[in-house]
Amino acid sequence: MDIVVCIKRVPAFGAQVPLTDDGSAVDTRHLGFTIGPHEECAVEEAVRLASAHGGRVTVLSVGPEEAGEQLRYALAMGAHQGVLVDTGTTDLDPEATATAVLAGLADEPEPDLVLFGDASADAGHGQVGIRVALARDLPVVGGITGLEIDTGGSLRATRESPSGTELFRVPMPAAVAVKEGLNLPRYPTLPGRLKAKKAELRTVTCDPEPGGLHTVGLRRPADDRAGAVPLGRGAGAAPAVVDVLAELGKV
Amino acid sequence: MELIVVTDATVSAELPAVARSLAGRDESVEAVTFAGAGAEAGDLARDLARELGGHGVGRLHVAQHALLDDYAPEAWGSALAAVIERLAPSGVFAPAGHRGAEVLAHAAARGGLPLATDCVRLAGGDDGTWHVTRTRSGGVLLEDAELTAPVKLATVAAAVEVPQVPLQPAGECEIVESAVDVPPELARTRVVEHTASETGLSLATSPVVVSGGRGVGGADGFAVLEELAERLGGVVGCSRVATNNGWRPHRDQVGLTGTKIAADLYIACGISGATQHWVGCMDSAVILAINTDPEAPMMQRATYAVEGDVHEVLPAVLAEIRRRAEEPAAAEPAEQQV
Amino acid sequence: MTEIPERADVVVIGAGIVGNSVCHHLAELGWRDIVLVEKGPLPDPGGSTGHASNFIFPVDHSREITALTTDSMRQYEKLGTLVTSGGVEVAREPQRVEELKRRMASARAWGVEAELIAPRRVAELVPFVDPDILLAGFWTPSVAVVDPLRAGALMREQAIADGALTVSANTEVTGIRTDRGRVRAVCTDAGDVETPVVVVACGVWSPRIASLAGAEIPLTPAVHQMMDVGPIPEFEATGTAIAYPIVRDMDALMYERQSGADLEIGSYAHRPILHEPDDIPSLESAALSPTQLPFTSDDFDPQLEQALELFGSILDRPDAGVRHAINGLLSFTPDGAPVLGPCPDVDGLWSAAAVWIKEGPGVGRMLAEWLTHGDCEYDMHGADIARFYPHQRTREHVRARANEGFNKTYGIVHPREQWESSRGRKLSPFHTREREAEAVFFEVGGWERPHWYASNRGLLDEFGDRVTHRPHEWDARWWSPIVEAEHLALRSRAAMIDLTAFAQFDVRGPGALDYLQRMTVAQLDRPVGRLCYTPVLTPGGGFRSDLTVVRLAEDHFRVITGGADGARDRFWFESHLPADGSASLVDVTSAVCTLGLWGPRARDVLAATTEDDVSGDALPFGTARWIDVDGIPVLALRVSYVGDLGWELHAPFEHGQALWDAIAGAGEPHGIVPAGIGVYGTTGRLEKGYRLMGAELDGEYDPVEAGLALPKVKAADFIGKDAYLAAREGTPAATLCTLTVDDHIGADGIARYPQSGEPIVTTAGERIVDREGRGSVVTSAGPAPSLGDYLLMAYLPPEFAVEGTSLQVEYMAERYPVTVARAGRTPLFDPEDTRMKA
Repeated sequence: MDIVVCIKRVPAFGAQVPLTDDGSAVDTRHLGFTIGPHEECAVEEAVRLASAHGGRVTVLSVGPEEAGEQLRYALAMGAHQGVLVDTGTTDLDPEATATAVLAGLADEPEPDLVLFGDASADAGHGQVGIRVALARDLPVVGGITGLEIDTGGSLRATRESPSGTELFRVPMPAAVAVKEGLNLPRYPTLPGRLKAKKAELRTVTCDPEPGGLHTVGLRRPADDRAGAVPLGRGAGAAPAVVDVLAELGKV
Repeated sequence: MELIVVTDATVSAELPAVARSLAGRDESVEAVTFAGAGAEAGDLARDLARELGGHGVGRLHVAQHALLDDYAPEAWGSALAAVIERLAPSGVFAPAGHRGAEVLAHAAARGGLPLATDCVRLAGGDDGTWHVTRTRSGGVLLEDAELTAPVKLATVAAAVEVPQVPLQPAGECEIVESAVDVPPELARTRVVEHTASETGLSLATSPVVVSGGRGVGGADGFAVLEELAERLGGVVGCSRVATNNGWRPHRDQVGLTGTKIAADLYIACGISGATQHWVGCMDSAVILAINTDPEAPMMQRATYAVEGDVHEVLPAVLAEIRRRAEEPAAAEPAEQQV
Repeated sequence: MTEIPERADVVVIGAGIVGNSVCHHLAELGWRDIVLVEKGPLPDPGGSTGHASNFIFPVDHSREITALTTDSMRQYEKLGTLVTSGGVEVAREPQRVEELKRRMASARAWGVEAELIAPRRVAELVPFVDPDILLAGFWTPSVAVVDPLRAGALMREQAIADGALTVSANTEVTGIRTDRGRVRAVCTDAGDVETPVVVVACGVWSPRIASLAGAEIPLTPAVHQMMDVGPIPEFEATGTAIAYPIVRDMDALMYERQSGADLEIGSYAHRPILHEPDDIPSLESAALSPTQLPFTSDDFDPQLEQALELFGSILDRPDAGVRHAINGLLSFTPDGAPVLGPCPDVDGLWSAAAVWIKEGPGVGRMLAEWLTHGDCEYDMHGADIARFYPHQRTREHVRARANEGFNKTYGIVHPREQWESSRGRKLSPFHTREREAEAVFFEVGGWERPHWYASNRGLLDEFGDRVTHRPHEWDARWWSPIVEAEHLALRSRAAMIDLTAFAQFDVRGPGALDYLQRMTVAQLDRPVGRLCYTPVLTPGGGFRSDLTVVRLAEDHFRVITGGADGARDRFWFESHLPADGSASLVDVTSAVCTLGLWGPRARDVLAATTEDDVSGDALPFGTARWIDVDGIPVLALRVSYVGDLGWELHAPFEHGQALWDAIAGAGEPHGIVPAGIGVYGTTGRLEKGYRLMGAELDGEYDPVEAGLALPKVKAADFIGKDAYLAAREGTPAATLCTLTVDDHIGADGIARYPQSGEPIVTTAGERIVDREGRGSVVTSAGPAPSLGDYLLMAYLPPEFAVEGTSLQVEYMAERYPVTVARAGRTPLFDPEDTRMKA
């Protein structure tokens, strides 16, 4: 069972996101990069499925050359090979990203499963997987937090909705966008990291046409956090605490 | 024409207002929803039309096909794409969230159109370009963007800035039923089974999380947190200090290296609130911090703060909960007598 | 937020382990009105204290650092924030085994229990290591893990409970107001605090905060990479943070320790990654904390393989993953030592920076004493911020040396090892000639000084057997037998030695005499033209310096001191200048070059270059006079640190090369040679029993113990006089002795030569400690070519400070017999000083 997992290099930041002076982008000088939690779950799931059912896991990333770091992280988690679609340092809109993903998939053998994170951890457009699936004529389901291969060879994918759990039974090949909670991603092992460091990445260059959504700039919302309301000290604070719990309907 | 996509049984009030604000002088605001083939869709559609009429929406298109009777992202998206092609609206709106984003993404993909998700502000420009603001990274950032296309799609966040526009007066909303073509293979992504929400709570989804850190003092110290969590219908979490000391398993860890949660109520017990932990719990609606150090960052950033030792405060809180549970009516009359 | 007071006796900036400790000890010493300002939140403000690995290995080759560390351990323990785990430093390579043996000597010297153990024993202590790749281990049972955040919180609480401390967290310092070179107030976003004293304990931010007052703290933030790998079930099962000894994999420049369920791996092997203090991210914008930067895995990858080699049994498992990895920031200085004490640039501004967790509480105690009494229990000269010359405080120098020094953190550093970067900064006017003579340059205070001249290799044949050749590479490293040959040439003919690195100050004015009398022990009220060698004492009566003062006129003196301590001495003298302006001090170091000319033919050589009378009658020992040397005005000082006939010739800097040529030319018929500092600083002075500041002399020993008490005590008051008088009254706890090594042959049949720092032990092998708790340690070591001996200096308690006593020196885990050859200052060579006074 061959699986492609699409991952994105995103900055890892603290409580406040630093922006460049002109507000055009996140100031990443002091930031590390990571793959988002949804995508980390996608890699984990792929590695588990491949080890249970055989097959290879290919991780694919669209972004700058440095996204190789995230591909190697996924390789260290157990993926087998990496494809970097080098689109330079400019952030792409979702349509262009989909085009680039397709360029990366073009030379790969037809996978049984293409996994995405439900939305990237930074831009969060939540639509690239659907655009790619449609172009490849693959069935696609999103928001998935449970994934199994049933005996007939189709996917049983579940997701949480406000009304309960929805089950899809999807024939393969298919595309699935998964969410955190699907599994508990492993941390890369030391031998895994060493192997990943030596792995060759296939690089595809791509300069996709921009789509109709154009980012003008980023800014931080006004901080309206008021500061904590003190409820008292020690055991004496208990009545005030329980008042709050009651107000919230928790007791 | 501006088109509101209704994916649920009801429609939120801000959507018609947003659509109206973007509509040209002569443009109408209409809506579309999905139904199975045949007449049984009628009741739902009538209720919806009544509601839409109240918001001044004049027409509800009901796209009908056998595959549209229950939620099916591909089929609904395909049907919407067909409706868009037929009606040629300038804008298409759906509420941000589960179904709206998915259906609009499918329609956008099929039509080769742009989609801006999670918009909190939308404004039209003279040249037909929309200026939108959308949230990113869980709301810590706002993105200003331009949307340029013959048909522009957007999902609208509940927190959208509702434009001050005169709405069309409430009136009749005409129901227009029309069959649409849906490729039969799209049955592949229909929901085949619904089950009610599971009752077991996970750290990621629990409405209440009672979390402990260095101040809990040890593995045994979590007993009182367990008790409180059970009382409040929640689960126990912890900080990295607790996992590193072997007090709790890693799956309980809230934070950058653990689980990111968005509980209704987060109770941080003896957790100083290092950023690595804070980013894991900051999306919770209400945060109650208990710490001996009033200057600890968690105590500054929380909604409520109690200065004190966890093992002094929590037993007192539990006792107070028990006291009130046992004599529910006693307290109020006593106060009234004073 | 606590309201910030308008006034304070002292404002401490930074609530890391150092700042908290300073506050605590100031409160203990009776200070009230202490204000602690911290930009970040408490208890973890986001500095290096919050991410440090928190383990402590007490043994260091430096006495100062070991003293601070063991003191800190006592403090952590008292606060209940120390867990003893034990620790073992392991060797993979033979050179490292030698280094571990050297560490044994340091452990013995400073009285720390330690043991050299076999790999098998290492594996018993830490069952997860692979003993097959190890050669030996250095086991220190007292190695511990501490909780500096908790310790800091407790220290604050105590000071608050004493009513001495106000803490203002989440408060940013926006400025430090100064007026006429003095600190006046600390400005913060919560208000201004007027104060005469500010302590900068800001770790990696210290340069930035100091610059608000116009001062420099020379350090650079540098990355130390750490990662946590786990879970390790064996660790999880212990239920504690640390249950196994910590391992320092010295040859891999890494450490591994249990941290809860994880194995924490730290590295000093990666490339130096330096940052700028202004570039450290803010609390809000940092992903983890400002000093926990994103991990750069490429830098760490080579260490992974080494970690797997040593800890494969627990790391090479599918469930053990990298759970956390950071580039932690810590402070690096040009010489690796802390930066402590009053800043020379601004009165009232103190530095408490570049301190590791293991030293924090001890540094706090020392600094509080220093602030209160003007000196402290341990000699801090190696950490004194005033030790840096201006060029050593430049960003370029700091970065260059930090860059070079980073990988020395776990490296094997030879005691004489020279830096490679930022060299050639200060050149004497003789430099061209010295290069022509193939000088091998050592650096002191930024000066390039010839240590010996390769062109003198021919002297080796001349002196043959009288020159010792060291067979062991370690002993021979940064040394040459040519030094001994140059020595013998000086003693038999004459030699010229470049002493331009001396720091020299001109003191003038009607109050000059009174001022200098107050600074020094010796009677300086002597006739014009007399020179005096004198100790300079701390308020507590220990050595602050030793130097020469020449009276050039009634109200004009020249102070001449060593290049190594020139910057400290200048600050000490400048900061004590009379407030009424009656004396002024001008640093003339850059205006003067100095050429030493000594040896039995020195007078013949000098006489050939001058028409002035340089006879013993005209220019007796202990006098100074201006003479003309080949048309160059030269101040000739009849004095000698090598104990031979001759002069220090001081000339205007620009005449230097001409002076060199004149002396070299006149000396040629007499067989003069250029000689290096090897002769001046080691062989010549040792056989004359002369003491060296920083080796024999420091703040922890007094002139009576050093044998430098003067026959009479002058009437004038001087700094340290009370303590000096008391020391003269009592029996010294130790006496500085010179010892001869009786047998150099070690177990493998090779002659070995101790280098200094080794413990002196009894014939039974017992450590020797005086009644003040100070161990007997070799302070200087070197050959005495005129005597044919190898000499050691060491302080010995009275019962051992008896000439003829047999003892042992412990060197590289072996013991060699030694004999006390001299107790006190009388030289072994030419005890009557007939040569020097000829």
